[in-house]
This record gives sequence, structure tokens and C-alpha cells, in this order.
Amino acid sequence: MEKWYLMTVVVLIGLTVRWTVSLNSYSGAGKPPMFGDYEAQRHWQEITFNLPVKQWYFNSSDNNLQYWGLDYPPLTAYHSLLCAYVAKFINPDWIALHTSRGYESQAHKLFMRTTVLIADLLIYIPAVVLYCCCLKEISTKKKIANALCILLYPGLILIDYGHFHLGFALWGVLGISCDCDLLGSLAFCLAINYKQMELYHALPFFCFLLGKCFKKGLKGKGFVLLVKLACIVVASFVLCWLPFFTEREQTLQVLRRLFPVDRGLFEDKVANIWCSFNVFLKIKDILPRHIQLIMSFCSTFLSLLPACIKLILQPSSKGFKFTLVSCALSFFLFSFQVHEKSILLVSLPVCLVLSEIPFMSTWFLLVSTFSMLPLLLKDELLMPSVVTTMAFFIACVTSFSIFEKTSEEELQLKSFSISVRKYLPCFTFLSRIIQYLFLISVITMVLLTLMTVTLDPPQKLPDLFSVLVCFVSCLNFLFFLVYFNIIIMWDSKSGRNQKKIS
Amino acid sequence: MAALTIATGTGNWFSALALGVTLLKCLLIPTYHSTDFEVHRNWLAITHSLPISQWYYEATSEWTLDYPPFFAWFEYILSHVAKYFDQEMLNVHNLNYSSSRTLLFQRFSVIFMDVLFVCCKCIDGKKVGKELTEKPKFILSVLLLWNFGLLIVDHIHFQYNGFLFGLMLLSIARLFQKRHMEGAFLFAVLLHFKHIYLYVAPAYGVYLLRSYCFTANKPDGSIRWKSFSFVRVISLGLVVFLVSALSLGPFLALNQLPQVFSRLFPFKRGLCHAYWAPNFWALYNALDKVLSVIGLKLKFLDPNNIPKASMTSGLVQQFQHTVLPSVTPLATLICTLIAILPSIFCLWFKPQGPRGFLRCLTLCALSSFMFGWHVHEKAILLAILPMSLLSVGKAGDASIFLILTTTGHYSLFPLLFTAPELPIKILLMLLFTIYSISSLKTLFRKEKPLFNWMETFYLLGLGPLEVCCEFVFPFTSWKVKYPFIPLLLTSVYCAVGITYAWFKLYVSVLIDSAIGKTKKQ
Repeated sequence: MEKWYLMTVVVLIGLTVRWTVSLNSYSGAGKPPMFGDYEAQRHWQEITFNLPVKQWYFNSSDNNLQYWGLDYPPLTAYHSLLCAYVAKFINPDWIALHTSRGYESQAHKLFMRTTVLIADLLIYIPAVVLYCCCLKEISTKKKIANALCILLYPGLILIDYGHFHLGFALWGVLGISCDCDLLGSLAFCLAINYKQMELYHALPFFCFLLGKCFKKGLKGKGFVLLVKLACIVVASFVLCWLPFFTEREQTLQVLRRLFPVDRGLFEDKVANIWCSFNVFLKIKDILPRHIQLIMSFCSTFLSLLPACIKLILQPSSKGFKFTLVSCALSFFLFSFQVHEKSILLVSLPVCLVLSEIPFMSTWFLLVSTFSMLPLLLKDELLMPSVVTTMAFFIACVTSFSIFEKTSEEELQLKSFSISVRKYLPCFTFLSRIIQYLFLISVITMVLLTLMTVTLDPPQKLPDLFSVLVCFVSCLNFLFFLVYFNIIIMWDSKSGRNQKKIS
Repeated sequence: MAALTIATGTGNWFSALALGVTLLKCLLIPTYHSTDFEVHRNWLAITHSLPISQWYYEATSEWTLDYPPFFAWFEYILSHVAKYFDQEMLNVHNLNYSSSRTLLFQRFSVIFMDVLFVCCKCIDGKKVGKELTEKPKFILSVLLLWNFGLLIVDHIHFQYNGFLFGLMLLSIARLFQKRHMEGAFLFAVLLHFKHIYLYVAPAYGVYLLRSYCFTANKPDGSIRWKSFSFVRVISLGLVVFLVSALSLGPFLALNQLPQVFSRLFPFKRGLCHAYWAPNFWALYNALDKVLSVIGLKLKFLDPNNIPKASMTSGLVQQFQHTVLPSVTPLATLICTLIAILPSIFCLWFKPQGPRGFLRCLTLCALSSFMFGWHVHEKAILLAILPMSLLSVGKAGDASIFLILTTTGHYSLFPLLFTAPELPIKILLMLLFTIYSISSLKTLFRKEKPLFNWMETFYLLGLGPLEVCCEFVFPFTSWKVKYPFIPLLLTSVYCAVGITYAWFKLYVSVLIDSAIGKTKKQ
């Protein structure tokens, strides 16, 4: 069957699933006084439309920063402004200054959902389709199946606002993988200017491009490329931040909003090292703020340094994608003020390597969805999350036959196990171990989900289930961190040649 | 790991398809539901709380029980599960009660019953050899499991058609396998679940009589009267009689048969439903309206003679046509019988085995849809699903199927008129249409193209029609003055397509039987 027809069908399935999920409740529905993220988005439209640019990030009588103040870079503000113009055309009540606080209606919900769907349709979905079509060394059927699995990933469907930043980041990866470095960098700069969490991905981009420049020779083409890239980055930042570069105070205030260093190591429950540590040892309360900052900074960088250095020395497309994963995962696990939703920044690169290590990627993506369980339950999304997770799982199992691909070779651990076998000749049971770990992990996740849904936590420990979910997810993520780093470090040219021959 | 592999059915595409569509149905739970939801809740309440003698007399709610007794028993069984979800829904006086648990229960009951449909569809999903997506079995499975009409009628609008169609497909399958008694039994049961299947009863009757009761044919294919088997006729009759007795027996004993029949066949309703089903009468009504407008303009008609209640205002009552002669129920019955007759004759004189039966069945369903009294647009599904079975066999059938399906499905759009469901129906329609056209085109790529330019043009015209009706029209000034125009346009445009498909199918059946005749000679 024609490739494009099948791809259209896959895209339509993705869109249908997204829209039907969005018919459910949204975050903070009917919960005054603060409501939720949905209200935050609506409020930003109100602020950007009614107030002049200079007042967007400042506290004033018209703009109370405690009530969902803007804390994303300017591109988010511009996007909200655009949506506000459309809203004004349909119903000005939705964005009237002050009076539209907490506005909830069926029509407004439709409007917000439509803006999200259109954003996905214009930016994220074409990126996914193009990415899958540009994959090398796999058949057409597999490419389309790959697109289906990526589009069915539950995390991005269930979290209800648009994923412009991930879409732009994906365009960035696409550009760079296809050797359009300048366009790729531009897309990625736009992504950073949309949400500052994209900085999680910044290091791999930087290291990969730097490595490319070094490879081309710093005295010739490499230097030219370096200069061009620097110009693009600077130009895009200047363009986005232009209204805020007029005064020093403006720039500083925006930066203060983007990086709230005085908010502490973590907020709420997140599947993070620090939160898990906190279960045993209340580090958040014991250590002073600046020590916490230094601790998190150091641990983050120490954990991602090996992979990045390797990327500079041996830039390769495959290494780039895996480094994206491990870098983002390091940031997620060790950085400060990490939100549960930031796991999506790790999930996106994992989706990109779905075709190379289907078994591990599927496992990771299931865990990432599970780690957001408390949040999803709070937003009353139990049914859609169960359904989409099952759909995703079935799609992956049918498309990639993941349970047949658990040998060492398939898990890309061959070179690693060969090295280990030099010291421990009996180390032949690696894939067995991994299979058992997978079973244990899935069983634990299912049990915890059932418990969280059916049982009430004991009086003394009201957060018991959320903490357990975070803890279990954190353990899984640590395992994945180690795994991905192993792949990166043991990946060598000879390894790739072996794969081609076999 | 090996066990898990087997359990997840690696490469078992059929389970993947079935599970996929079931998950999609779960996602459709929070969508809009029509008054049919309240209808079924009411029936749950009636069958649970009242004794049998009251079932067909109960009229607290306007949605009285108007399906045959087996369906009432089905609702009774469901109600015993329902009481664990929400006891309140079983109270007859709780009109329009729809708590979230009620919604959940009802939706899940539909999804669960659809499993029966899936099982009936479960023809051998053997291991595949070459290209999977091109095998007719795969295409047929998708066309049946992911049928757009069934999805939106059952899981959004809310009905229980899935398992009923499963029964019908199973009975057809049994006839294909020459297990005629089981086929007849299943069809009899089906009839007593929903009497709309009377539309196709003639096909069943004639086929069973001709191909089962006459055990052998003469060499040239015509009837061998001596091979008439009394035993078979009597056993068939007995099966039908027993099933009917089981169903209607209790009501016969209570002397309630007339009441039951008056509920089942409400002829007091008008020729057309509130929204005209795209059949012949839609075209007839439209012509009448056009002629009356022209007549008024040219002063041929006296404005005082025109009745106040216009057909297009959507009132479901009896009324007169203005220019063309009025249509009575008897007239529609005669038209339907005349329309069915040629295909029945073909089936009788030139039986071509189960395949011929299937074509006759589709024709019966389609003809009844074309000329029936108070036909609902959902009845088009009765023709579309059997036609799906034919579509993967021949290129000609595929072409007719695609026209019928696309226009038939489009005509279901007015059922979902709420804004949140608009993207869903458009996306699902596109999904099904694109898949069906491209897969059938690929299947029959070695033969001549499936559509000629006229048909392509017509099908492509559905796009602009949808844009006009749903996106442009609501913002024009005509919305207040003539609110019925989108419905009128949709109905008439689809009626053209469906009539064309019906005509084409008839021609192909008649030609095939003529060819069969010459071949045999």
C-alpha cells in the first residue's frame, strides 16, 4: 500500500486520540481560587493582550505575579498574544482584564483545545512524520509503525498544553541529523526561547556541533561553520528578546522569573534523586540553600560530562541522540526545581531512538507515563491514561516485536559485555537479568497503580502512594541513566561495522 | 519471555486491530450521547422494576419499549449488572437520569457486547505469508471492525448495533459454510432482537427455500422440483416457530400481541424522519418542495391551499405533499416489494450459491432503505456491512461499496451536531474513507480504475458540502430564516449517491445472472 496513505491514516489516528483525550477534564477544572495550568494559559493571554510589553514580567496592580505570573521566555508570551487576538475575535470576555479570572465554559474549553491541536498539527506532527521518513536502514512499514508509536506516546497526549517547544526541538534534531546544521540550530534556539527547560537539551547540541566543527578542522571549514552557528544563535536570541533588551532591569527581571533559584531543590513530589533522598534524609530542610544549589549543579554536571566529552571527540548522529537522552535524564534526576512534566523532555529523545532499541525505549516510555500518575489522577485522567498506555504498548509490541529483541546484540550491549567478560568470564546472563528486571518493573507499576486508585492511604502518611510512585520511578530512571551511558561510552566504530556485516 | 511473546500474540494483527478499536471506543466514552441513551436507560428501568405484563404498556416516559421481546430480555439481564453500578438509574420515574456511573455502565455495556461482534468476525487469522496489509482478510477486518458508521452510531450516538450485526454476520457465515439450520436459527433470533432485520428477511426466506429445501439442481441450474425435501422445510419452520414462540409466547398468553405489534410498528409516524434519510422519498420530497416553490412563484398554486406544517420544519407527523401525490404506508410497501422482486427472482431462478444470496441480501436491505416508511438514516448500516463482505471479492463490488459507504457515512453526520464532536467525526470519517479507498484500490490495482471521473467528482464534492454546511452556513443570515437547508442539502446529495449505488448494484446482479444463464447454456 502506498506509503503516504498509510502515513496519513497514522496521523489521523494520532489526531483522533489527541482530540478525544482532550474532551476530558483539564487541570484545575472547577477548583478555585487558583485552578490549574489551563487557567495559567488563559491568564497569560489576558496579560499579554491587555498590558504593554514592559509590564509582562513585572509585579504590578494589574499583573499579580503570584497568580500565575509569566515564567517562560518571550516566545511563549508572543504565542499567548497571538491566541489572545483570536480569542478577542470570538469572545472578548475570555481575556478581559481582571474580570476573566477563572473563566470556565464549554466554548472556551473548545477554543483552548483547538489552539493546542492546531499547534500540534502545524509543528509537532510534521516533525515526527519527517523524522520517521528520514530514518535510515529500516523498511517503509517500520518507518510508519515508528511514527504511529511516537504519536501514540501517552505522556504527550495526556499533558494538556501544546508542546511547541518539543516540536521545535524535534525540528532541531531533524535539521542536524540531516546535515542542515544552521536550520537545526535556529529551530533549537526557538525551542529554548519558548521554554527554558529546553536547556536540558542544549549541551548535547552544543557538544555535537562543536565536535563537528573540530572534525572539519578549526582552521578551515570548521571555523566558518562555528562562526555561522554563533551568528544564528545570537541573532535568534536578540530577535526574541528585543523588547526586553532595552533596559538592564527588564532583562534581569525576566531572568529572575525564568530561573527561580530561591524556590528550593524541589517542589511537590517528583521522581528525582533529591525527592527520593528526602524520604530517608530531609536534605531540603537540613542543608542551606546555596549548598543545595552547588550540590545539584555538581552532581548534574558530573553525571553528564563523560557522554558530552565523548560527543565532542566522536560526533555521530547516533551518539547525538543517545547523549540527548542521557543529558536530559541527568538534568531531570539531579537538577533543582524539576517538575514532573519535565520527564517529557527525556521522553522525546527516547522516542527518537525507538527504532534502534525498541525494547528499552518502550520500557522507558511506560515508566515515564507511570511517573506522572499522581498528576494525572489529580486531573481526573485515569481512564484516558490507562487506555492510551495500553494502546501505546500494543502498538509497540505489534510493530517492533519487542519481546524478540532482547539479545545483547539488540540491546546494543554487546561491546560492553565483551569488555566485562574479559574480567568476569561468566558474565553471560545480561539479557536474562534485563528481562527479569522488566517484568519486576511492570508488575510493580501495575500494582502501585491499582493500589493508588483503589485504596486510601493511611492517616499518618497521606502522600504514601505518590512518594512510592516517585521512588519506584526514580529507581527505574537511575537504571536507565546507567544503561544509556554504557551504550554511549561503549559505542565505537568497530561496533557499528559489526552490525553492518551481520 | 517466550510465554509473553505468545501471550501478546506477536504478529497477530487481528487481536491488535480488535484491541485498538476497543481502546478507541473507551476514549469515546465522554462524548455526546443522544436521546437514545435515555431510551435505553428507561428500558433498563422498565424491565427491571416492572412485571412482564407491564413492559409494553408502560408509558411514563415518551421512550416506550419498541423493540421485540428478546431485546427486552437483554435489557433485563443488563439491569441486573446495572444495579451494582447505580441503583438510581433503574427507577422508572428517574427521567433523563445520567450520573457518571450510569454513563460508564451503559457505554461499557456497548463496548462489551461489541466483543461478540469481534468474535463473530474472527474468521481464521492464520499466519501471513506475503505483504500483510494487502490481504483481503486484513482489509475486511479493518472495514468491519473500524467501520465509521458503527463507531459513531454505537459509541457516540448510543445504540447496540454492534452485537446485532455480529449475529447477522455469523448467520451469513454459517450459510456460507452450508450449515443452513444454524444460519436460520441465528437469523430468527436476530429478528426477535430488532425487527428492522425484516428488511432482509425475504432474501433469507427465498434462499433457504431454494437452496436448502430443494436439495439438488438440474444440470442447467434451474429448479428440480422432485428434490423438494419436506423434512428440511418442516425443520426450518420448526426452528422459526420455536424461536418466535419463545419470544412472543408470554405475550400471547397475556393477550398482549396487538399492543406489542402496535409498539413495534408505529405507522402513525410520518413518511420521513425529522431528518430525511437519504432515500428515494427524500428526492421525492425535495422535488415536491421545488415544484411548490416554482408553482407559487408562477402563481399556479393558491398559497392558502398549502398546509402549514412544512415537511422541512422537522416535525414528525403525518402531512400531505403539495404538488406530487401524497404517499401512504401501503404505497411504500408496494414500492419496496416491487423493488425487491427482481433480485428475489434472480435468487430463485438463478441461484449462485451463498455469494448470490449475499448480493440479494444487500439489495433487499438497500431497496427497503430506498422505499421504506419512516426509514432512519442509521438503517444504511444494514446495507453497508454486508456489502463490505462483497467488496473484497470483485472490483465492481468494491467500487459500488465505496460509493455507498462514503455517502452513507456522510449522511450520518447530522446525527452528531455538537461542536466538540465535530473534529472526531471528520477525523474518523477521513480515516475510514482514506483507508478503504486506498486499500481497495491497491487490492484491485491490476484491473481498471475503481471510479470514473463522474464518481470521483461526486465523492470529492462531499468535502465542500461539509465545509458549506458546518462552517460557512452558520455564519450567514440564512441560518435564522431557513435553518433546515444544510440538512436538506446533505440528505438530497447523499440520496443521489445512494440511489446511484443501488442502481449500479442491481444492474450488476442482473447482468451476472444473465451471464450465468448463457454460460450454463
